[in-house]
Amino acid sequence: MNEALTAETVIMKGHDGDKVEAYLARPADVDSFGGVVVIHHLPGYDSATKEIARKFAARGYAALMPNLYYRDSPGASPDDAAAAARAKGGMPDDQVVGDVAGAAAYLRGLPGSNGKVGVIGYCSGGRQSFLAACSIQLDAAVDCYGGAVVHVPAGAPASMKPLIGLSKNLSCPLLGLFGADDQFPTPADMTELSRTLDELGKEHEFHTFSGAGHAFFSVDRASYRVEAAVEGWDKVWAFFGRHLAGE
Amino acid sequence: MCTYATEHVSATGSGKGPAGWFRLSEVSVYLDHPAHALADHTLNIDFINPARGPSARVAVELTAQTARALAKAIESALDAAPPGLA
Repeated sequence: MNEALTAETVIMKGHDGDKVEAYLARPADVDSFGGVVVIHHLPGYDSATKEIARKFAARGYAALMPNLYYRDSPGASPDDAAAAARAKGGMPDDQVVGDVAGAAAYLRGLPGSNGKVGVIGYCSGGRQSFLAACSIQLDAAVDCYGGAVVHVPAGAPASMKPLIGLSKNLSCPLLGLFGADDQFPTPADMTELSRTLDELGKEHEFHTFSGAGHAFFSVDRASYRVEAAVEGWDKVWAFFGRHLAGE
Repeated sequence: MCTYATEHVSATGSGKGPAGWFRLSEVSVYLDHPAHALADHTLNIDFINPARGPSARVAVELTAQTARALAKAIESALDAAPPGLA
């Protein structure tokens, strides 16, 4: 693989058939590929997360990242759109699930798709990755330090509910990547989620990295932790390699 | 961590954004990850007018120390104003 890829902005069908802007990155040198829906973090549909989509394409996956804030803020800069979403109280969970479902359908419909689609999300997107995996049929899911899965913090929008009760509906294997110094989710939260998934017989693999807190994958932020990020990416490649690769 | 918690304040006043001055209608105040400041968490303030679109926004990201100093300075300035002005 020579890491050649193409990337572009597309319009996909999201929740309720809404037109949603999305960033698509595809490998240029493979005949068959799996798909990855990338869910951006709370700060929005930004350049750093588009870079993540391109990283998947360089590794042989088609990646599609819907702009979850597009409906209310078409054409706005990512930080302005994120601020507007925050002022409004955040994105409704059912709308996010609909957008991920639309992105998964788009990926399955690409010429060359092997029909397998996973999801990965960061920060709030980590929570939404778990939500999507418990709401629609997927082949693999990765939750990167998603909070409000086990407990919802004080002051969060009233519409935000814990998701642990949905665990019985988890439709695919789950990889969880967390920071030992994170306060939300805490390592204790993830132990509780892991125990719940064990009791339900749901396949999962959790890793908590020492010396890392929240957002350790974010290369453009002070929270970036190179050792955790490099090891975390290795876990992602191995996990998606098992569940999404192949013809 | 993402806090998700946001304080909302109704606002009367003006702010200067990328397209010039505009009337403010709201202020969002929250401690969370910054978009630009080099810190894990900052006190973020968005002076906004949603009716004019998401770009009608004046944003600041302040360290907690700066934010507390600013809050004190605002109170001091208001307290020091001549009677009847504030």
